[in-house]
Amino acid sequence: MEIPEDLRYTREHEWARRKGSAIVVGITDFAQEQLGDVVYVELPDVGDTVKKGESFGVVESTKAVSELFAPISGKVIEVNDPLSDAPETINEDPYEEGWMITIEPSDPKDLETLMDAAAYKAFVEEQE
Amino acid sequence: MANPTGWKPSMEQEAKGGGAAAEAPGLGGAVRGLAYEEPLVFEHGSRGRCGVSLPPPPADFDASDLPAALVRPAVDGLPELSELEVVRHFTRLSSWNHGIDTGFYPLGSCTMKYNPKSSEALARLPGFAELHPLAPAELAQGALELMYRLERALSEIAGFDATTLAPAAGAQGELTGLMLIRAYHEARGNPRKKVLIPDTAHGTNPASSALNGYAVVQLASGPDGRLHPETVRAAMDEDVAAIMITNPNTLGVFESHIAEIAGIVHAKGGLVYGDGANMNALLGVARPGDMGFDVMQYNLHKTFATPHGGGGPGSGPVAVKAALVPHLPLPLVVKEGERYRLVTEARERPQTIGKLREFWGNFGMFVRAWALIREYGPEGVRATAELAVLNANYVRKQLEGTYHLPYPTDSLHEVVFDDAQQKDAGVTTMDVAKRLIDHGFHPPTIYFPLVVHGALMIEPTETESRETLDAFVAAMKAIAEEAKTDPEAVRAAPTRPVRARLDETRAARKPVLRWQPGMNVE
Repeated sequence: MEIPEDLRYTREHEWARRKGSAIVVGITDFAQEQLGDVVYVELPDVGDTVKKGESFGVVESTKAVSELFAPISGKVIEVNDPLSDAPETINEDPYEEGWMITIEPSDPKDLETLMDAAAYKAFVEEQE
Repeated sequence: MANPTGWKPSMEQEAKGGGAAAEAPGLGGAVRGLAYEEPLVFEHGSRGRCGVSLPPPPADFDASDLPAALVRPAVDGLPELSELEVVRHFTRLSSWNHGIDTGFYPLGSCTMKYNPKSSEALARLPGFAELHPLAPAELAQGALELMYRLERALSEIAGFDATTLAPAAGAQGELTGLMLIRAYHEARGNPRKKVLIPDTAHGTNPASSALNGYAVVQLASGPDGRLHPETVRAAMDEDVAAIMITNPNTLGVFESHIAEIAGIVHAKGGLVYGDGANMNALLGVARPGDMGFDVMQYNLHKTFATPHGGGGPGSGPVAVKAALVPHLPLPLVVKEGERYRLVTEARERPQTIGKLREFWGNFGMFVRAWALIREYGPEGVRATAELAVLNANYVRKQLEGTYHLPYPTDSLHEVVFDDAQQKDAGVTTMDVAKRLIDHGFHPPTIYFPLVVHGALMIEPTETESRETLDAFVAAMKAIAEEAKTDPEAVRAAPTRPVRARLDETRAARKPVLRWQPGMNVE
């Protein structure tokens, strides 16, 4: 299972990556593995606001429907639209092509409240 | 080990050959004896063949009189079949179906009960089945009396003051329950903002809350699978309109702290909603109304054996305590002297939440449920719960050790295993479920509740014999053994039904929803 060193993580298995002043968000390798084949994804629109810890979308696999939780608060400035036609990208490449949204953070310090790779690794091991 | 289905390895070989033989000349499409492969209806028939005789158009009919937009062009590829071909097509397809009348159907949390034929016969009595919904009350006294008595019985069985029969199904019952809770708080000047829901809940619980404008706060269950009072205390404040609890919960575990939890919620002015989906475990033994619940929906199609899952409409009566009675939806049946009457006008009930749907509820289901309650009587109703719990615990005990129990806590009418012991062999819950089909059993509920990874949730219900349960247990054990010796075979299952393992991922990602001429889908 892959846990890139340079990302931050939530307890709900989302990752967050700094990109200039914005934050890119997706779900982790562990999350896609647990979900199984992703068949549908519902994401917000550009311009929507998201709130840390609250649902910003839905991901559906052949097993279950799960909510996506925003790792930070802010405004959605980019959405990975091709995912709606190719949800399998989330299984195939969760950290790069499978990114979901880019957020302009309302508080840049939000990112630091998230787990780093080592803490997330320990958290996942405890889950298994 | 004895094979529960009576299947012998030699038959498997024959069946494999048989798949191809369906194409062979002279076999008439039979796959196995008189079991048939069946093409699409579009692939049958012959150009110009017709199963009905339509009257000729009148002599003076001229299609050009009609507006062009209303005239349909010729339809390419419309099936052209004789009546007998149509009848055979759909009869053959129906023989591929599996239902409780065909075999064991242990779908946890859905309570797939056998529907007694006596209840069906009574619901078909012309006096019930042909009664017009707009018949005046004086011509519908029998039907109204039945509704009145069913309402009284449902109130008594769950320990509440009154029950509305109107909701069309369990989900509408939940919606109704939350509307009643909102109406109750609004009448006190503040509808409040939040609903507390444990992580073992059915997905309909947060949906019903959201539809009533409430934010959902999820509560974590403890390591024993129970909701703990301190969790509720920490989340409870005066913005909480209600807590929604399923008891026993979806792990089949009785929420033994329910009275204390209800006390905590009531102390801050909140109400306690009971999801009655698992009422089968409590019938005649314990009453939610005595545990502190204020509102509860029944699912007549689960608890009182009315048809389920496409077999008929559902029915989701909602039982309430006295404080909520003024808000009940219409209609209600009242008894005045020896006569019965429907209350349909809001002026008689100014605080009602109104009507949920047209007419008076799914009446045919009321007849079936009432028939069952009367046929069983109080002892039989209680025996239902006792046998349902006994059957589930028998399966649990037999399979303990073969499959992992994520929560060792005692369970009632259903039991949740997971695939932890099969994981090392690379066999998942999905594979076990698919392999069960090869053994002639409908798979149990899988991957629910969400708190269990790889959940396998088994609910046998009260009507299954020990022989059936033993056969199911033997199949489950055979699959666990096969997972060790030949995991590939389990992962490839099912191989024996008319259709082998379907590609569910592709079906969801690239659904083909409409047949078109010349289409050839692999």
